[in-house]
Amino acid sequence: MLGKTAGGLYWMFRYLERTENTARLVEAGFRIALTRPDSAKDEWASVLDTIGVRNAFVEKRGEIDGPAVVDFLLRDKTNPSSVMSALKAARDNGRMVRIALTREVWEATNECWITLTEALARPVRERDLPTVLALIRQQSAQVRGALHGTMLRNEVYDFARMGTFIERADNTARILDVKYYVLLPSLAQIGSSLDNVQWETILRSVGGQRAYRFLHGGDISPRGIAEFMILDGRMPRSLAFCTRKISDNLGYLEIDYGQRVDSHDKVDRLLGSLTGSTIDQVFDRGLHEFILDFLSDAASLSQQIATDYRFTG
Amino acid sequence: MTDGPQFFDEMFGRGETPRRPYGPFCDWFASEDIARLRRKSTEAEAFFRRTGITFNVYGQAEADERLIPFDVVPRVISAREWARLSKGIEQRVRAINAFLHDIYHRQEILRAGRVPVELIAQNEAFLPQMIGVTPPGGVYTHIVGTDLVRTSEDEFFVLEDNARTPSGVSYMLENRETMLQMFPELFTRIKVQQVQNYPMRLRRSLAAAAPRQCPGKPVIAVLTPGIHNSAYFEHAFLADQMGAELVEGHDLRVADGRIAMRTTRGFTPIDVLYRRVDDDFLDPMSFRPDSMLGAPGIMDVYRAGGITIANAPGTGIADDKAIYSYMPEIVEFYTGEKALLKNVPTWRCSEPDSLAYVLENLPELVVKEVHGSGGYGMLVGPAASKKEIASFRAKLEARPGNYIAQPTLALSTVPILTAKGLAPRHVDLRPFVLVAPDRIDITPGGLTRVALKQGSLVVNSSQGGGTKDTWVLED
Repeated sequence: MLGKTAGGLYWMFRYLERTENTARLVEAGFRIALTRPDSAKDEWASVLDTIGVRNAFVEKRGEIDGPAVVDFLLRDKTNPSSVMSALKAARDNGRMVRIALTREVWEATNECWITLTEALARPVRERDLPTVLALIRQQSAQVRGALHGTMLRNEVYDFARMGTFIERADNTARILDVKYYVLLPSLAQIGSSLDNVQWETILRSVGGQRAYRFLHGGDISPRGIAEFMILDGRMPRSLAFCTRKISDNLGYLEIDYGQRVDSHDKVDRLLGSLTGSTIDQVFDRGLHEFILDFLSDAASLSQQIATDYRFTG
Repeated sequence: MTDGPQFFDEMFGRGETPRRPYGPFCDWFASEDIARLRRKSTEAEAFFRRTGITFNVYGQAEADERLIPFDVVPRVISAREWARLSKGIEQRVRAINAFLHDIYHRQEILRAGRVPVELIAQNEAFLPQMIGVTPPGGVYTHIVGTDLVRTSEDEFFVLEDNARTPSGVSYMLENRETMLQMFPELFTRIKVQQVQNYPMRLRRSLAAAAPRQCPGKPVIAVLTPGIHNSAYFEHAFLADQMGAELVEGHDLRVADGRIAMRTTRGFTPIDVLYRRVDDDFLDPMSFRPDSMLGAPGIMDVYRAGGITIANAPGTGIADDKAIYSYMPEIVEFYTGEKALLKNVPTWRCSEPDSLAYVLENLPELVVKEVHGSGGYGMLVGPAASKKEIASFRAKLEARPGNYIAQPTLALSTVPILTAKGLAPRHVDLRPFVLVAPDRIDITPGGLTRVALKQGSLVVNSSQGGGTKDTWVLED
């Protein structure tokens, strides 16, 4: 396979994942705006921080307010992480690697783009927002479904999956990076454990509130949440889960190509730091430092994968 | 009515009863409900959009991917008509390859005075870098799209020889695929020769033209300028259907005297490069130094016989519109036979007498740029306003050598489906010709382009043209 094709697949699925993640963050922000109007502004600010576009937003739109943030995150073409920008980038990469995709995956991608371009052609009215957000989820699920259902499990699939999991791990870590302080013991005493907006928002922004309750019952605690999002191998958006998946895919490539690459060693070291730790150790070493280390390791892993498989010349 | 009986209709001739090749189709059509057929065409459109069978329009950033409208009424050609056409096409394509070899070697045709020397020497499409180079297998034009028009029962003309990088073959294939899906019953009733194996024929033909040193199965790649090119869909489609790699310039480099592509496991040499990048951009070291679309050094590898480039660089000299007017002489010179297919009479505006005639008769003529394509920069006299003619006249007087003129042909029509039923529209035809060292292979069918606007003679997709499935019947 061409290095460029491998890179195209990787980025196509990174961007698709980003589309979904941005939509989920908007969903969590919107929820707060509806249920806790007083916290809305702070929450939107932290959503912008998570995506890393707060300065860009303020520069372009000024004062932070809900509808403007939603519009910026869903539709703004100058915002590279907006749903439309990410989706366009996903589709452009998809067009580039079209011959590596099954007809079903390509058509699902194209249809996702056509449908959402139409749905997001104009600013979304508040009353339509839930429907539009559901549409984004549903459309991206169709691409994923086509990928699982129709693609050969070969190198093509491996690069697509690695893109997905790098992006997802990065997203989860960014959420923790912005919100880590609400999980710190000192602050945890303050909020009541039954009604902590921040805890709920963290879970919601990874779509994990129901899964968490299923696993932990009513026992909602900062340590529990951190463990769930960092170390829990059952949680498909946890750092440990995503990292293990990348290691698996690199393993399949190793079998396929008969050669072990540097990124494989790198990901295994990263995985070791996750599986070899308890959540208490993470807190003892400092939650924020841990997250920052993870973010920089993940970025350097992504670079290494691009180098090992010659994504660019 | 702009379309009176002065135009030959391929379905009804000049009368009311269907011509023979259309008989079975018309029987079927008579029993169909027009509303259902209209619904079917809407379905076809949705199918094209979902599949992403689109082309990009230059200079229109907003609507940058567009569909080419598809009409469900097929264009039908009898086996007898086709046999005649293919003989003529084969003769012409053979002559073009002989001409190219000659023009880049001994230039006998110039010495014989059959084609003026200035026409070659001062022509931008002539590549001095190709002088003395013989491509692997002696093939210059691996793929040709010969544009034909019809004016009566028996009269066909060649409008253009597309000998550089003819496009449109993906539409030939997707149009057939769409018809098969929408109207399977038609194909059990009517025996239509298949076009679906074109990608395999293309692969076979390209492989046969691989460099002689190539051991085993040749590695074939399609070179595209990238996803923003107007024909990107086709590049991806053909690579996919042939099982070839789709590469861009930055995937390639010279390694050990070969052109190699960067894969996840290192560099793999390419034997045959089906390039969809113009000569100018092919090699920044030999041509335009600012090109990012080509492979630096590919011309050196090519001259050393290390790779086949399809079509060969420099083939543009054969489909140049000024050369076109000499095609009858060219065919005769190299084949020793009269040309089987007619040329459209052409005035070369570089010649003072012709220029005078053209300037006098602009409202009746079609004037084209010598190096133009895609229907841009041309004047269709009968359809142009006084103002358009006046401004064109100025351009023509400023650079006469840049133009040729032809009479406005009474292009045949084939009906399209409209809300009111069938209505005649003008068409042309581009069959696709594959040239291998040992054979010329013409896929029975081609791309029928249709001017959707009533009375219009411009069929180009960039100018509001659509396409039709083209049926060549079994005997």
